[in-house]
Amino acid sequence: MSKISLIIGREYFTRVRKKSFIIMTLLAPILLAGFLVLAIWLSVGNTTLQKVLVVDGIGLTDKLFKDNDKTLFSYTDKAISDEDFIKSDYDLILRINDKIIENNKAELSYKKLPPLSVQNYINSELNHIMESYRLMKQDTTAELKKFIQEVYPNIKKPVELNVTDVENKESGKDKRQSTVIGFLFAFAIYMFILLFGLQVMRGVIEEKTSRIVEVIISSVKPFELMTGKIIGIAMVGLTQFLIWVVFTVILVMLASTFIFNDMYDAAVQAQELQVAKNIQAADMPQMMNNSSNEVFDLIFNRINWYLMIGLFLFYFIFGYLMYAALFAAIGSAVDNETDTQQFMWPVTIPLIFAFIVAQLSIENPESSTVFWTSLFPLTSPVVMMVRVAMGSAPLWELLLSMSLLIAGFLCCTWLAAKIYRTGILMYGKKVTYKELFKWIRY
Amino acid sequence: MEILKTDNIVKRYAGHTALDNVSISVSEQSVFGLLGPNGAGKTSLIRIINQITAPDEGKVYFRGVKLSPEHVAEIGYLPEERGLYKKMKVGEQALYLARLKGMSKKEALKKLREWFERMEMTAWWNKKVEELSKGMAQKVQFVTTVIHQPKLLILDEPFSGFDPINAELIKKEILRLRNEGATVIFSTHNMSTVEDMCDYIALINNSKKILDGNVRDIKKQFRSYLYEVEFHGNMIAFANALWAGFELIDKEIIENNHFKCRIKLLNNNTLNNLLQSLIPHVEIISVREITPSMSDIFIQTVQQQNTVSNE
Repeated sequence: MSKISLIIGREYFTRVRKKSFIIMTLLAPILLAGFLVLAIWLSVGNTTLQKVLVVDGIGLTDKLFKDNDKTLFSYTDKAISDEDFIKSDYDLILRINDKIIENNKAELSYKKLPPLSVQNYINSELNHIMESYRLMKQDTTAELKKFIQEVYPNIKKPVELNVTDVENKESGKDKRQSTVIGFLFAFAIYMFILLFGLQVMRGVIEEKTSRIVEVIISSVKPFELMTGKIIGIAMVGLTQFLIWVVFTVILVMLASTFIFNDMYDAAVQAQELQVAKNIQAADMPQMMNNSSNEVFDLIFNRINWYLMIGLFLFYFIFGYLMYAALFAAIGSAVDNETDTQQFMWPVTIPLIFAFIVAQLSIENPESSTVFWTSLFPLTSPVVMMVRVAMGSAPLWELLLSMSLLIAGFLCCTWLAAKIYRTGILMYGKKVTYKELFKWIRY
Repeated sequence: MEILKTDNIVKRYAGHTALDNVSISVSEQSVFGLLGPNGAGKTSLIRIINQITAPDEGKVYFRGVKLSPEHVAEIGYLPEERGLYKKMKVGEQALYLARLKGMSKKEALKKLREWFERMEMTAWWNKKVEELSKGMAQKVQFVTTVIHQPKLLILDEPFSGFDPINAELIKKEILRLRNEGATVIFSTHNMSTVEDMCDYIALINNSKKILDGNVRDIKKQFRSYLYEVEFHGNMIAFANALWAGFELIDKEIIENNHFKCRIKLLNNNTLNNLLQSLIPHVEIISVREITPSMSDIFIQTVQQQNTVSNE
């Protein structure tokens, strides 16, 4: 036992002390947090109202723009110079003139680049206005004109589809969002298995090519060396994961307090709204934006985090152990990394297949492919996470999948150990599948 | 007292037999040479003794007890295919290997410092292995093999890759360890080192042991009764002096009336008989027995066995 811990210690510390590990571990959360902050900023950060001044010299759009929770429109028919716009407290200025009738062009100027959603909203509003303008311009009866103005907008209203699971009475829309969270976990497992499984393989090849392996297995059993390496690298992975999670959480929290300080401050927001109200006696925009509300609800209420993290650890650890053993066997059978190709595909294909199924399961979470791959040990670590997040896996299926995974892990380790103990002592010989089977039977 | 004994070891790999009923016995505090051509089965036997692979049949005894994993700490092994972790520092790595052999950290550090000083390697402690030359790395490997003071040292082709100076240094260290109580088994092709160092040998060919024993006894067994005689005098008188009991194999003229001849003793005649018959006729300068070198014995035995097994 103490020898295994020595091996684990060496595998762990030589990797953790590497510069590349330290850089990756510190840089990744910064990048990740950066992306998260960017994503939040893009979706939520624009709750600050965009005040748009519509300058319409031809009276085409007169007060026809509808305000929404992100956009407030004001109108004028006087030309406004850029200098005056910069001095004013408007965020955007929309200039409309004859060009819009001639060749469908209008001009939007900004002080700060507006969020894409605001720009899209202004564009679609303008399209609506132009659509009815052109319809009205047709030589039509008064009746039809009335129809166009009053009835047609109602006809065009989109249908809101309410999806419900009859058994759970939980709405299907929620499930689909949970699937995304599950997919993130599945992606993490996929990445970690591939990343650290390959590290195991490279470690074995390194020991073989540097010819240290025979010295070591005169002191310890080959199985101990293999197990020690796999566990040591697993601990490197878990360390990195832990640092990433902690560091990302801290960074996101810091970023949100500094960048979105005012966003969460209700007082500031109310004040802003008051100002907006004074400028324009339009409808009060909604306090909170609907979509961000749903994200908060999803993250804090609907996902069972204890279950998710518990199962993540289970599926990650056993999935990794199973694949790592197979990667170790590959490493032992070859002399250098370029020779690994012929043995890699039977191992990587199930993993990549599982990842593709996990992606497809967002589209169709209850298909039979998803069901079977969530039970099969080589694919279940990735696929099952999505089903669990969605809450669509009954307990018996979950238990079956877990026991099959443990069985798969034992089977693969047994198989790998047989290949490994023969393979590490074979030098300068191209190994074929036939020979691998001989080693297993031997 | 024998430290190691293998009893009818059989090892089969898919398709061929690597060891066929090989029994050797190594006595304590000796240097035991394991000889044989490439592919004869030396490394297979060494791996079995190191418990890296298990024999299919037969048993190995360490000091009379069946070999088991706890004996690992008493055996030091330098494989033929040997190396170190390239990216690891020399000292750290030596410490790791010593601890794998069961030494405590403190004890291992103390011993390592002693050895590093003796081998003039102290300056390498914090260097990475990849910064060392091949000869330097070999020295580190040797130290890590002997650091835990093994009772039994197994060296597979220990001198391959060493320059002559380091080979000499290692030879000295091996003999010193033997004198301090260790037993050394080494395999080699290099017959001159066998004569320098080995007390006992075993010769393995085609998976079978074909010869073993004390080096002196083996040399006696392969004695050819050939003598080289150098003399001043008349060659005809010399030839006439040899009667039926001796055979003149060849002659070499060094200068006028100065010859070197090879003579074989026949019919249980001794060197004394030869000298008695020669002294009255020529002036003898030197006489020397031509003993077969280990290399001759090796080639002769292997060829004999190959012709036998071919028939």
